[in-house]
Amino acid sequence: MSEAILEIADLCTSFGNAVIHDHISLEIMRGEVFAIAGSSGCGKSTLLREIMLLQKPVSGSIRVFGREVLGLDDMEALDFRKSCGMMFERGALFSSLNVLENVALPLHEHTALGQDLIGEIASIKIALAGLPSSAKFKYPDELSGGMRKRAALARALALDPALLFLDEPTAGLDPLSASGFDELVLHLKRSLDLTMVIVTHDLDLLWHVADRVAFLGDGHVLGVGTMMELSKSSHPLIREYFYGPRGRAAREQAWKQK
Amino acid sequence: MQAKIGIVGSEIRLAGEWTISGMADLEGELAELSLSGATSVMAQDIEAMDTAGAWLFHRALQRHALEITGLKPEHTALVEMVAALDVAENTELQSRGTLEKLGMAGWRLLSQLEGMLSFIGEAALALMHTIANPGRIRWKPIWHNLQHAGFDALPIAGLLSFLMGIVIAYQGAEQLARYGANIFVVNLVGLSMLRELGPLLTAIIVAGRSGSAFTAQIGTMQVTEEIDAMRTIGISPMDQLILPKIIALLIALPLLTVYADIMGVLGGMIMASLNLDVSYTDFIDRFGSSIRLSAFLVGVGKAPVFAAIIAVVGCFQGFQVTGGADSVGRQTTKSVVQSIFLVIVADAIFSVIFSLVQL
Repeated sequence: MSEAILEIADLCTSFGNAVIHDHISLEIMRGEVFAIAGSSGCGKSTLLREIMLLQKPVSGSIRVFGREVLGLDDMEALDFRKSCGMMFERGALFSSLNVLENVALPLHEHTALGQDLIGEIASIKIALAGLPSSAKFKYPDELSGGMRKRAALARALALDPALLFLDEPTAGLDPLSASGFDELVLHLKRSLDLTMVIVTHDLDLLWHVADRVAFLGDGHVLGVGTMMELSKSSHPLIREYFYGPRGRAAREQAWKQK
Repeated sequence: MQAKIGIVGSEIRLAGEWTISGMADLEGELAELSLSGATSVMAQDIEAMDTAGAWLFHRALQRHALEITGLKPEHTALVEMVAALDVAENTELQSRGTLEKLGMAGWRLLSQLEGMLSFIGEAALALMHTIANPGRIRWKPIWHNLQHAGFDALPIAGLLSFLMGIVIAYQGAEQLARYGANIFVVNLVGLSMLRELGPLLTAIIVAGRSGSAFTAQIGTMQVTEEIDAMRTIGISPMDQLILPKIIALLIALPLLTVYADIMGVLGGMIMASLNLDVSYTDFIDRFGSSIRLSAFLVGVGKAPVFAAIIAVVGCFQGFQVTGGADSVGRQTTKSVVQSIFLVIVADAIFSVIFSLVQL
């Protein structure tokens, strides 16, 4: 944990009268898996969208790799986006392309590499995301939910980003696939030296994978720290989250393993 | 710094950033270099490496059984990881033979024909059921479709047939004036608009406007599983989506055709008085005496058939959507092309039948 790779300062967002983020500040360090948790509708996904410049906050600053990203012009924004990967909640795979073409698309678009090499690099990403090579020529609508998530992850990894954003990577997966995804995230972190920002509700993912967790609620950051630290927090919203029936089961399981 | 490769004697020297952005030229250089004389690789000058670079490293060098020295441990791990991944040979697109493609296209055509026929059968059955129990008719979607497919099409259908009337009268004017047969412009405009152009033009406009909308709507609902949701709730998509569209179009298209007839004749009348000195009174007089009611009825009578074609093709193609956005676009195109094609074929068949029975 050395330098901060992503710094969010005093970020405010509102839709009409609804305030989503009220002066939020966060720091994410190089090489960590940082999770953003909180109840539905608390602005977790919005925060990711703002970092990826898909949506504009009202005020505040977002610095990535030490550089302010809000207010970048189109060319600079393109450069910035190439250095980040994003996996969308529902995959957002292009339905007219098969998995291999989906993963190869950013490579075709942003590198001058040859056709064969691009195919091989894309295949590596697909294998890295844990998909069998038989899935390469399938179209998104022929894939199961879990495979679609893995294909989306492979596409996010296509340009070897230093910073990877995952939006609800395990939502809608069966427990087995979800824990497979946990392993995958850990494996990627170890082998590729990635910094990952994960938006999730998944308590198992939070306990097993995340280095640090930020808990959002009421437009504020209610707590930041390891899961151990957060679970000792006295804030009622956080306590409810962790000491509800599902939270308890996940916590006990995590403690047993430690 | 860009990735570099060079050969000094029997030693291959590597340097720079072996990353996706740094290796743009490397691929070409590697292809040109002959590595056959080399025995060892010096890799200590490699500054950075990602999976793409690791793959290129593995692909270019490791198959030659060279002695590699100086590769940083984290890069070694990366290369080992990439090398261990199961990257099967088939990284290229599969292609099919001509015969197979032809066979598949033929099969698709046949199965679509079969699907279309069974869809028409289903729709006809459902329509008869609904007519037998009028209480089951869902009026709300019918009104909605009448508004969108019928009323909202009035301006464009009116304008186009008005212009068509002007064009026919204008084209005919010169020929007719040459023989002093100015007054026959009434027959020309009246017959062609009422019998053929009115219904055909309206049907083509509606196929483009509403047939495509039906396909896109049902197709998108198919993609988002709304159709399945409807079925599980116990609402038949046939009753809720398809029949209202067919019924609405059966009502709207004849009415639109009458409106198009009126506007077309009006356009011809204006042109006749401007270009051929046929006054409005003369025109209307002549119209009443020379155009028989049957010409109008023949035209309007075709409209319900066209309506059924457009609605059935539009809905059927909507249900053919599988997958995603791409498929919605493809089926919508098909829907418009097929319904216009079938409308014109039906019109030709009508012409033959009418000439046989001398209408």
